[in-house]
Amino acid sequence: MISNKRIKKLEIFATEIRLETMKAFAKLGFGHVGGAMSIVDTLSVLYGEIMKIDPANPKWPDRDWLVVSKGHAGPSVYSALAIKGYFDKKELLTLNMPGTNLPSHCDRNKTVGIDMTTGSLGQGISTAIGVALGNRMDKRDNYTYLILGDGECDEGQIWEGALFAAHQKLDNLISFVDYNKKQLDGMTCEINDLGDLDAKFHEFGWHAQRIDGHDIAAIYEAIDEAKKTKGKPSMIVLDTIKGKGCCFVEEMYFNHHITISQEQSKRTLSELENRYTDLKREWEDMQ
Amino acid sequence: MIKLVDYVQKENILMKDVYCSTLMDLAEKDENVVVLDSDLMNSIGTVPFAKKYPERTFNCGVQEANMIGVAAGLSATGKIPYAHTFGPFASRRCCDQVFISASYAKLNVRIVGSDPGVTAAFNGGTHMPFEDVGIMRTIPEMTIIEPVDSIMLEDMIRQLKDVYGVYYLRLLRKNAVQIYEKGSTFEIGKGVLLREGTDITIISTGILVSESLKAADALEKDGIHARVVNMFTIKPIDREMIVRCAKETGAVVTAENHNIINGLGSAVAEVLIEECPVPMGRIGVKDLFGEVGPVDYLQKRFELTAEDIVKEVKKVIVKK
Repeated sequence: MISNKRIKKLEIFATEIRLETMKAFAKLGFGHVGGAMSIVDTLSVLYGEIMKIDPANPKWPDRDWLVVSKGHAGPSVYSALAIKGYFDKKELLTLNMPGTNLPSHCDRNKTVGIDMTTGSLGQGISTAIGVALGNRMDKRDNYTYLILGDGECDEGQIWEGALFAAHQKLDNLISFVDYNKKQLDGMTCEINDLGDLDAKFHEFGWHAQRIDGHDIAAIYEAIDEAKKTKGKPSMIVLDTIKGKGCCFVEEMYFNHHITISQEQSKRTLSELENRYTDLKREWEDMQ
Repeated sequence: MIKLVDYVQKENILMKDVYCSTLMDLAEKDENVVVLDSDLMNSIGTVPFAKKYPERTFNCGVQEANMIGVAAGLSATGKIPYAHTFGPFASRRCCDQVFISASYAKLNVRIVGSDPGVTAAFNGGTHMPFEDVGIMRTIPEMTIIEPVDSIMLEDMIRQLKDVYGVYYLRLLRKNAVQIYEKGSTFEIGKGVLLREGTDITIISTGILVSESLKAADALEKDGIHARVVNMFTIKPIDREMIVRCAKETGAVVTAENHNIINGLGSAVAEVLIEECPVPMGRIGVKDLFGEVGPVDYLQKRFELTAEDIVKEVKKVIVKK
């Protein structure tokens, strides 16, 4: 069980990730806001509590790896990395600027702390499997975490990987699907219905769980259970809301890649700052 | 050191057996060597490797796209993957995985595509890669190698263990025609001069190398002294050698078991047009799909024989 204090700390971290990410999007005036925001609570748990990492030594061979296969969530991953100290937070405002180290989609050669290059959907599952196999061959006791998008699960390669990871009994691979129910062109159920995703992965031989992807404690406990599961890869299907934490984005029908007006960003940043202050106060009250 | 054989003839040994035995030798010395396949281990002869090193063998089943990504991921942890499938599937089928997961990510993967061009024979048009070099050639920083015989194959497989990057190796599975003496070693990116000549240069690769040598013999009888080069590295192409040959012989014919579009002929033409334009001709498949049949029939069908090279040389040489 994770304590209430630790949960509060992770809620603060998640809000800080959202705040920093929105600042970067606001400066640009556009971005993949929906899918960047829906995965933030999982990033908070991974970077804040779970992953064995050393920001001063990002290539540490025994570290836990994270492959963000839905590479367009890069901006929120960059915020998590900067807050953890992989690079200066000021750099976050260079998102997508000419010559930046922070491109739309994750790039292992550009951004310190990014473990795998992604962006062409479906491919991260295979590279994550390769990383997990390599680490298992070297008898490292680390984990490879993998984040998939729900629209991404339309790709055949996801199901190639699902079959293969189970065949390899890859229990050092812990995966998530950010099931925010929306893809670029609309609702996943209207475009190419994914149905019962956790049942599908279960059928493919994975240990599958389905949780509220914005419930910090539930994410933590699900990862804990995944770690205890031996002989099969783990899938944690996250029920999420696309654009979570940014009211105007949550309310939009099409919110995969959006333009952001100055008024919208101002209001959202103020909401996030208020939430951050409230959480900090609650944290102090707990001391 | 490169030494040529006195008599050019078919080898007794199968290329696929050399592929496997060399990998097994490398694996013994380096525990990071891993082999991947997409359900074609019996075809490429790596079953002995799998038996000896089961923990270093990953047969992904019929999953070429997944295989390339897994190979890329393995290389990120320091493994040295050799991933094989038939040439059309190694290129066409998983082009984006090669491009993004391996090349754009700057990882360290050797991709082996077997049965180049007409050597796909009885598997026919669906399995006959006339486009694999073209696909791979447009991927930045890709190196493309087509070993001509078992001697070169063994040397290349050994050298590829210690390089870094994405390499595409076009591999004939069956018996090659031996061009080089045992112990020869080659430099990736450097063409090999096989035969001196002053009137024209035939730049060839793969199974067209022995045809080019035969053509040069025939041309000699007509008083045409043809130089023959084995351009086994198609990318990066040996610009210096192409320019030198163009300057010294004044005309060039390329010969390849691939579409004339975006293969060796295109690569050579790009160099010539920029640095030393001379009359040029291309022997290769003239933008056609493959079909089923024995290799000798297909070579005739797609005009990939010594006779075709002779004809092309005579056509080009008059333009000098």
